[in-house]
Amino acid sequence: MIKIRKLIHDYLKHDEDGAVSEEIRALAGLDLDVKPGEFIVILGHNGCGKSTLAKHINALLFPSEGEVWVDGMNTVDGEKLWDIRQEAGMIFQNPDNQIIAQVVEEDVAFGPENIGVPGEKIRKRVEESLKSVGMLEYRRKSPGRLSGGQKQRVCIAGVIAMRPKCIIMDEPTAMLDPSGRVEVLKTARQLNREEGITVILITHYMEEAIEADRVIVMDKGKIALQGTPREVFSRVEEMKDLHLDVPQVSLLAWELRRRGLKIPADILTREELADALEKVIS
Amino acid sequence: MFENITIGQYYQTRSPLHSLDPRVKLTGTLLYIISLFIVNCAAGYLLAALFLVCMIRLSHVPFRYIVRGMRAILFLLAITMLFNMFLTPGQVLWQAGPLHLTREGLTFAVKMAFRLTFLILGSSLMTLTTTPTQLTDAMESLMRPLKVLHVPVHEIAMMMSIALRFIPILMEEADKIMKAQMARCAEFDSKHLMKKIKSMVPLLVPLFVSAFRRANDLAMAMEARCYRGGEGRTRMNPLIYRTRDWIAYGVVFGFMAAAIALRVFSASLPFPLNL
Repeated sequence: MIKIRKLIHDYLKHDEDGAVSEEIRALAGLDLDVKPGEFIVILGHNGCGKSTLAKHINALLFPSEGEVWVDGMNTVDGEKLWDIRQEAGMIFQNPDNQIIAQVVEEDVAFGPENIGVPGEKIRKRVEESLKSVGMLEYRRKSPGRLSGGQKQRVCIAGVIAMRPKCIIMDEPTAMLDPSGRVEVLKTARQLNREEGITVILITHYMEEAIEADRVIVMDKGKIALQGTPREVFSRVEEMKDLHLDVPQVSLLAWELRRRGLKIPADILTREELADALEKVIS
Repeated sequence: MFENITIGQYYQTRSPLHSLDPRVKLTGTLLYIISLFIVNCAAGYLLAALFLVCMIRLSHVPFRYIVRGMRAILFLLAITMLFNMFLTPGQVLWQAGPLHLTREGLTFAVKMAFRLTFLILGSSLMTLTTTPTQLTDAMESLMRPLKVLHVPVHEIAMMMSIALRFIPILMEEADKIMKAQMARCAEFDSKHLMKKIKSMVPLLVPLFVSAFRRANDLAMAMEARCYRGGEGRTRMNPLIYRTRDWIAYGVVFGFMAAAIALRVFSASLPFPLNL
C-alpha cells in the first residue's frame, strides 16, 4: 500500500534576503512499508518528524531525497497528485480548522465535489459515510453546535466519502476530551476492521496504541523501534530513553518484574496483569 | 459579549418562498428594489405594498419576525424624513426660525420613508427565506458570466462561505482571549472611548495571529481533500430551475412592468392615486 524508501525531508529557513539560512532535517532516511488493511500507530515525542511523515504520504510535502509510493504511485508524479490525495485521506488535529461548510452534509460532500463525482452519487456517498461514523442524524446540523468528538467524526466522514484506501490521522484526539477520544478511536478501528481501510494513527496517547497491528516509534526523523504493541511496550527502558512512556499497566508490570516478581515482560492489559499476579501469589 | 450576535437570520420553515431557487429570490429582490425607485405615485406604492404583503404571506414567516429587522433602522428612517421635510425647497406650510416645512418636502419624505421601509422588509424577507450557503451559491451562479472578464467568481463565493463559517469561531476566540486578559486585570468595559479603543489592540493582535494560523490549517485541509479551485468541481445539490422558478420570474417581471407602466401613466390617474 505505502512504500517509503530512504525518505529525507529538510525544512529550509530563509533569512530576509530569501537565502537559505538554516536547514532543519525533519526526516533522516526513513524506510517504511505498510500493507493494505494494516492498523499502524506512530508514536514519538514532539519534533520527531511524525507529522512531516504524515504529510508526505498525502503528497502535501515532497521528499528532499528518497521516494514515497502510495499504491504504486510516486508522490512526485504531478499527474497522480490528486489520485494520491484521494486514496490517502488525511485527518488533522483541530476539527474546527478542517470543516469548510456550514452544514454537516455539505462538508462531507466537499471532497467528492472536488474530485468531480456527479451530484446524485455524492448524496449517496455522503449518506453512507455519515452512517459509518454514526453521525447520520446530525446531517443537517451546523458543525458549530457539535462536540469535539462529533466534529472529528464529521471530518472522518468527509475523508471516507472520497473512498480512500488509507487514512492518515495526525493526532486526531489531541484536542478532544476523553469521551471524544474514545469516539474517534472507535470509529477508526471500526473502519479498519469492517471496511478494510488502512489506518495510520499518529498519537501521544500510549493507550491508543494497544490495539494496533504495529507500533512504530520515531525519533530524530527515523524509526527507532517497531513491532507489535506487546513487543514495543515490553521494552520499557528503550522507550524511556526516547522520552516516551509505556501504558501504565505495562510500566507497573515492568516495575514488579524488576523487584523480582515472576511476571512476563509483555503485559498490556489489566486482566493480563491480574492473571500474572494471581499465578505469582498461588 | 459576543454570544447574541447571529449572522444571517434564516427562519426555518416550509413555504413556497423557501423552496424557490435562491437565484430567483436574489434577482427578484434586486428587481423589487429597483422598482421601488421607479414608482413615483400613490398607486405605485400601493402596488409595491400589495406585492410585499403577498410575498410575506407566501413565506410563512411570522410578521413580527420581519418587523424586528426594522427596529434597527428606525432612527435612520426618522433622520432621513426630518431632513427631507425641512430642507426641500418649495411651498412653505409651516415655519419656525430657519426651518421651513414645505409641501414638496413632506410628500418627498413620506415617499422616501415608504421606499426605505419596503426596501428593508423586502431584503430581510430574502435573508429570512434563504440560507447563507444558498445565497453564495446563487451569487456564484449569477456572476458566472463575469468569468469572461477574468473575475474569480468561484473564489469569491468560496471566500464568502468560508468567512461566514469562521465568523462565529473567531468570535468565540475573541471572547476567550478577552476573558484571559480580564483575568489578568485588563479593562474592557471602560466608559472612556479612547481607552476602550486602546484596550482592543491587545485583543486584536492574538486574534489576527490565530486567524492566520487557522487559515493555514484550513488551506492544508482543503488541499488534502483535493480542492483545486472551481475547475472540474461538481455540486451535491446543483441549482436547477424548476417550473415554479420560471413562474416566480414571470411574477417579478410582471410586477416590474406594472411599476414602469404606473410611472409612465401616473399623470392620467384619478386624484388620490396620482399623488
